[in-house]
Amino acid sequence: MSEPKIEGIELKPGFKGMAEDTGSDQTMFKGVHWGKAMMWIFLLSDTFIFSCFLIAYMKGRGSTPVEWPNPSEVFALDAFGVPVPLLLIAIMTFVLITSSGTMALAVKYGYEKNRKMCGWLVLATAIGGLTFVGMQAFEWSKLIHEGVRPWENPFGAAQFGSFFFMITGFHGTHVSIGVIFLFIYAYKVFAGHYDQQKRGWFTSMKGDYVEIEILGLYWHFVDLVWVFIFAFFYLW
Amino acid sequence: MSEDYNDNKTIHAQSSETMGGGSAGVTPDMDYVRPAEIADQDLYHGHSFITKWIFCQDAKVIGVQYFLLATFTGVVGLILSWLMRLQLGFPGAAGFVTAEHYYQFVTMHGMIMVVYFLTALFLGGFGNYLIPLMVGARDMVFPYLNMVSFWSFFVAVAVLMASFFVPGGPTGAGWTLYPPQTILEGTPGSGAGILLMCLSLILFVAGFTMGGLNYLITVLQARTRGMTLMRMPLTVWGIFTATVLAMLAFPALLVGALMMSLDKVLGTSFFMPTILKAGEVLEYGGGSPILFQHLFWFFGHPEVYIVALPAFGIISDLISVHARKNIFGYRMMVWAIVGIGALSFFVWAHHMYVSGMNPWFGFFFATTTLIIAVPTAMKVYNWILTLWRGNIRMNTVMLWCLGFIVTFVNGGITGIFLGNVSVDVPLSDTYFVVAHFHMVMGIAPLMVIMGAIYHWFPLVAGRFLSEKLGKWHFWLTFLGAYSIYFPMHYLGFIGVPRRYYEMYDSPYVTSAVGMNEFISLAAFLVGAAQFILIYNIIKTLKTGKPAGKNPWKANSLEWLTPTVPPEHGNWGDRLPVVHRWPYDFSVPGAKDDYITQTTPPSEVSNTGVEKT
Repeated sequence: MSEPKIEGIELKPGFKGMAEDTGSDQTMFKGVHWGKAMMWIFLLSDTFIFSCFLIAYMKGRGSTPVEWPNPSEVFALDAFGVPVPLLLIAIMTFVLITSSGTMALAVKYGYEKNRKMCGWLVLATAIGGLTFVGMQAFEWSKLIHEGVRPWENPFGAAQFGSFFFMITGFHGTHVSIGVIFLFIYAYKVFAGHYDQQKRGWFTSMKGDYVEIEILGLYWHFVDLVWVFIFAFFYLW
Repeated sequence: MSEDYNDNKTIHAQSSETMGGGSAGVTPDMDYVRPAEIADQDLYHGHSFITKWIFCQDAKVIGVQYFLLATFTGVVGLILSWLMRLQLGFPGAAGFVTAEHYYQFVTMHGMIMVVYFLTALFLGGFGNYLIPLMVGARDMVFPYLNMVSFWSFFVAVAVLMASFFVPGGPTGAGWTLYPPQTILEGTPGSGAGILLMCLSLILFVAGFTMGGLNYLITVLQARTRGMTLMRMPLTVWGIFTATVLAMLAFPALLVGALMMSLDKVLGTSFFMPTILKAGEVLEYGGGSPILFQHLFWFFGHPEVYIVALPAFGIISDLISVHARKNIFGYRMMVWAIVGIGALSFFVWAHHMYVSGMNPWFGFFFATTTLIIAVPTAMKVYNWILTLWRGNIRMNTVMLWCLGFIVTFVNGGITGIFLGNVSVDVPLSDTYFVVAHFHMVMGIAPLMVIMGAIYHWFPLVAGRFLSEKLGKWHFWLTFLGAYSIYFPMHYLGFIGVPRRYYEMYDSPYVTSAVGMNEFISLAAFLVGAAQFILIYNIIKTLKTGKPAGKNPWKANSLEWLTPTVPPEHGNWGDRLPVVHRWPYDFSVPGAKDDYITQTTPPSEVSNTGVEKT
């Protein structure tokens, strides 16, 4: 992404520049697309949602009288007859982080108006996300087979299943929504909607490659949240 | 108005221009405003009845839609309060108000008034209508999202109202919805009622988020040329800051509502401890009811300011316009709004002093709570100093403003009682609390809403509301509200507990019975008085006095549109250019007693306030 430039206005770096932008008229974030500013603020709000979930989880885990299940046993996967702790989660995390990489590249090619590369990379990101959701579905079904339910589980405190299904479910919903949008955007890129500035189906606003970056912000956020969930659920 | 900015790129030379007495040599340079940074907004113009009035993307229509739907829910809340007062004043007079129904009415009255009426009205109603007009934008920045926001609110209200008609009725757990009793059998509406309540709240939060993003980005990124943050009317500051609070506080409500639904539907135990019921151990166990209280009040306290801050902002503008004086201490007012907003996130546990918390925890929250009194008191002083030696127009709008100040101070002072742990503990769960919060976040914001309606109705409809009916409306409401809530303070001091269906033969009876009857009669009167406004609006739409352009001689941009009422796109061909703040009233040397925000400095170079 290039530095924002506005004709007739000299943008200064650093704190002084920030203070000047704040004190100026028209815009607070100079040269920043409305949609991009909106996504940042939405993500701040979403951060509060996930923070509430994770703090509730810490409180729930801290106050339950029954012992908490051992994550390295519960989340182990048998590979060639040997139980390997956190194997599936490691792969899931790897896939999701990789998809963040392809997303970043897609943004770069989008701004370069390289339609094909951008499209393929958005598609790759979508497939990465879909793989993640698929593996999560596998993990859920495995745990359900082992008797883990939102209200009880054979390993220890009932709250383990409650928080696990709720928080990974809420995160998985975020990923799924992202995947749906990634597929739609991949189609729009390939069909050239952003090159032709074709109007959106619902919003009737002109298409622009900046939308790829906005979706990218969301996607990176979903990945970042996963890192926290990973740390809190699987490593603690 | 000079527009020759193209060949002038030295912004610094311009911005260092101060407001000294520039009597000599008026140059076009003086009127310089930075060139446009953003392209003119691309708008979707509706062309059928449905796209113009129902699924409309114009923020002004959406604002009116929010206003009407919020008013409808408000009337429902009002009727519920009548039924409650009927039972409290004259126990058993209406046979259908059973104990169960009473609790359901209490719950729904609270939730409706706080969330679906006041929040929706201030942010959805006034926010949508006023923000784009006041900052000089053509519309909200994401009109489609804005439309979806309203319809989400519509569905949320529909779901909420549906809970009146499901088996078991709406939830009766109190508006705070404290578990465990909220979802246990025996509490009215513990089945479908509480689920619909949670669903409705989740829908409301989702819808609000869409609207809130619009308000924030419109203020931050879509102001017109010359409109700096410190030239925005305080109304916009209030609504903006309240929206920031909402974006950060509603997540806690969303999470709480979601976890509560799971506890109910899936049998999880997030909030449910081990419970013995009639000698039997329930399935639940290991959860923490206090966790819900923290989540709820992390939302609940900022929510108070989500309602109060827009009221603070609007009242500042109304007082300034109708006292013909600049608002006293504009910057102080802005920082007070922002400071109150920030502090409101650190006071939530003062609602939980009796939850068995560590005394030091209470001590911390008592301290932060009392600190909020500082910026709040600054605001009250500034309103009074704005009135001081002003050229006050004693019209309906001003009456509501004065009513607000008195009521707000009253509620604020009782807040100091309740903010202190040791005073709160004996007063907790008495009518003193009911009187306090109704004064400070019920009646006071309502007075602002009423003032705002009388003030901005000429803009929305092009006609003045009847002053005569308005004065009747004000005096009945004002005196009636005090007749309701002043005695309630006393009831609280003698220890009458709130939320009780009936006092039966308790020792309170002798002194409380007559007072309860009086309060109920006053409540019926005040409720009925609100229909004067509805009559006034309907009558005015047909036969009201035409207002014309800028009838109050105000300065802010919403009165300066080329057509009144403003059309879609607000500004016709050219966006307005702003040269000053909206509070240049009664400036010595000026031709009129007001200088609009679009008046360029060269036109008022003899006044000493070319630029403000």
